[in-house]
Amino acid sequence: MLTLYIPMDSVACAVGADAVAAAFAAEAARRNLDIDIVRTSSRGLFWLEPLVEVDTPQGRAGYREVSPDDVASLLDVDLVANGDHLLSVGLVEQLPYLKTQQRLLFARAGITSPLSLEHYLAHGGYQGLEHAARLSHDEIVAEVLESGLRGRGGAAFPAGIKWRTVRQAQAEQKYVVCNADEGDSGSFADRMLMEGDPFLLIEGMTIAGLAVGASRGYIYVRSEYAPAIAVLRQAIDIARAHGYLGEDVAHGGHEFDIEVREGAGAYICGEETSLLESVEGRRGTVRAKPPLPALHGLFGQPTLVHNVLSLASVPLILSRGASWYRNFGMGRSLGTMAFQLAGNVRRGGLVERAFGLTLRELVFDYGGGTASGKPVKAVQLGGPLGAWIPPSQFDTPLDYEALAAIGAMLGHGGAVLCDDSLHLGQMARFAMQFCAEESCGKCTPCRIGSTRGVEVIERLLAAPDSAERQRQRALLDELCDTMQYGSLCALGGMTPFPVQSAMRHFPADFGLDTQEQAQ
Amino acid sequence: MNAQQQETLQQLLQQYRDLPGGLLPLLHAVQDALGHIPADAIPAIARAMNQSQAEVHGVIGFYHDFRTSPPAAHSLRLCRAEACQSMGSEALAAQLRTQLGVDDHGHTADGQLELRPVYCLGACACAPALQLDGQLHARVTPEKLSALLASCSKEAKC
Repeated sequence: MLTLYIPMDSVACAVGADAVAAAFAAEAARRNLDIDIVRTSSRGLFWLEPLVEVDTPQGRAGYREVSPDDVASLLDVDLVANGDHLLSVGLVEQLPYLKTQQRLLFARAGITSPLSLEHYLAHGGYQGLEHAARLSHDEIVAEVLESGLRGRGGAAFPAGIKWRTVRQAQAEQKYVVCNADEGDSGSFADRMLMEGDPFLLIEGMTIAGLAVGASRGYIYVRSEYAPAIAVLRQAIDIARAHGYLGEDVAHGGHEFDIEVREGAGAYICGEETSLLESVEGRRGTVRAKPPLPALHGLFGQPTLVHNVLSLASVPLILSRGASWYRNFGMGRSLGTMAFQLAGNVRRGGLVERAFGLTLRELVFDYGGGTASGKPVKAVQLGGPLGAWIPPSQFDTPLDYEALAAIGAMLGHGGAVLCDDSLHLGQMARFAMQFCAEESCGKCTPCRIGSTRGVEVIERLLAAPDSAERQRQRALLDELCDTMQYGSLCALGGMTPFPVQSAMRHFPADFGLDTQEQAQ
Repeated sequence: MNAQQQETLQQLLQQYRDLPGGLLPLLHAVQDALGHIPADAIPAIARAMNQSQAEVHGVIGFYHDFRTSPPAAHSLRLCRAEACQSMGSEALAAQLRTQLGVDDHGHTADGQLELRPVYCLGACACAPALQLDGQLHARVTPEKLSALLASCSKEAKC
């Protein structure tokens, strides 16, 4: 029998995976052919999607960008024996793009079926929780602390310190909240993980609940990710039915359950205190810190708030050990990071590697440069609030501290490429406009600064002479300064990053010559 | 609201009134069931959730997803974030302006299709992307956009 693996990831489906699966089923029926179609998660090699894989004695062989029209010709060849076809990419796990990765979090990506608990268990699932159940609460916290894990949402705060704070807080009720409001352009790792390996997130949250003494968890998912919400809800039901959630998880008499909450289209709710307001049923306005959510969080109770990938790292740390985890990475950036290649890129997809590879390796070795074939102009790293980085800085290692040193940040790990047709003056204007649209409105520098920012950039771009450009530029610098240091949260505080980096590295796009730039 | 809508609303209020922080899930449920959040449902929602009407209005107004008027037959959400911009989403927006005369947050003259900008659909590696009646489409070209629009009939979902 022929076994085919076709992803059910929403982006694979958005480029035709569902239609391809249906075409295989129909064509096989017509030919009286016995085939088994397994719908898996995506490998994250999105430039190959829809990627169809076939079981062969050597491993899974892949066929790229399959369309329903290719199905008949594929079934004409002996897919198991030689796989000789125009769309063949050979053995998928031997592809350099995948082979050179260090997949820890995404070890199951493209291999298992998202909602199969059986697949999950067969591929190492729930070993972390099993181990955690044998430890004391403090020992679990110590393990996370020892691993050096830092929050993957952008701020990179040491996870273990947060866990210890919530653990030591005295309260009747504590919570674990997963921030799944990934709204940064160029980021899709959370989406892939929630859609593709939901039990991993559930297991990570359960361990967190056990460690800090929380009995309830919430996953706050952005509404744009409807398929992820549906998969998570089903996975939670399955986990509960098998005793992995509920009144007695891990047979230790510990109660833990999870509810999925859907966002409603507000970027600011990715900020942790806005997110908590939103879960409480209010407008997602930012809260001033302190008090820290770890002590005074959801419904006023101690709350562990983490990003999807931070929580998903925990099962591995518990099953393989903190010292094993620390072997990956460099400096104070330990473990692996899910880098995401997007935008105008030839080979867009997910690259999970230990911290420390360079941006050049990411953009050229993995990404293959731009999709258009034109020169790479810049990369925006870390979402809409991240800096634009010119090729002259591509040798910077991807590590939190090294990036901070060049005025950039890793954020959520998304890298958006653009070629020389993109106008960075317009992108700077867009950054301000985005902030104006998405500001929660609570603080003045962000609410008003962003609106004025759009106007100043428009005047700068339309300035008739050098004197006027200098005037607008000075005004913009001052405005950026006010936003950066006066805003209550990162939205207003970091919007100057894309604006000022664009101006610094691409003065010509603002009509500024290098001499003016130097002044 | 007609009698049937009233009854639906009452059922949803019963279902969500005791859920901690239940206002957002309730608003989603009302909008899913009725297509929008009718203005005359707001007093009942406020009472059930023990909030003022102003607070409920404030929440509805804050979030981009909630609406107090019925939607058009078809909804098109075109991603305008950086990854999609770098692959030509602005050209797709221009195509919609010339082909259908529809601009961001607007709807076609016949009221059949409404256009909303969205900032990331998570398909950034296969940009540009859009959502048509909730269905995600990626690697959208001008030709593919025209074909998608042509497939939109007045009654059915696209």
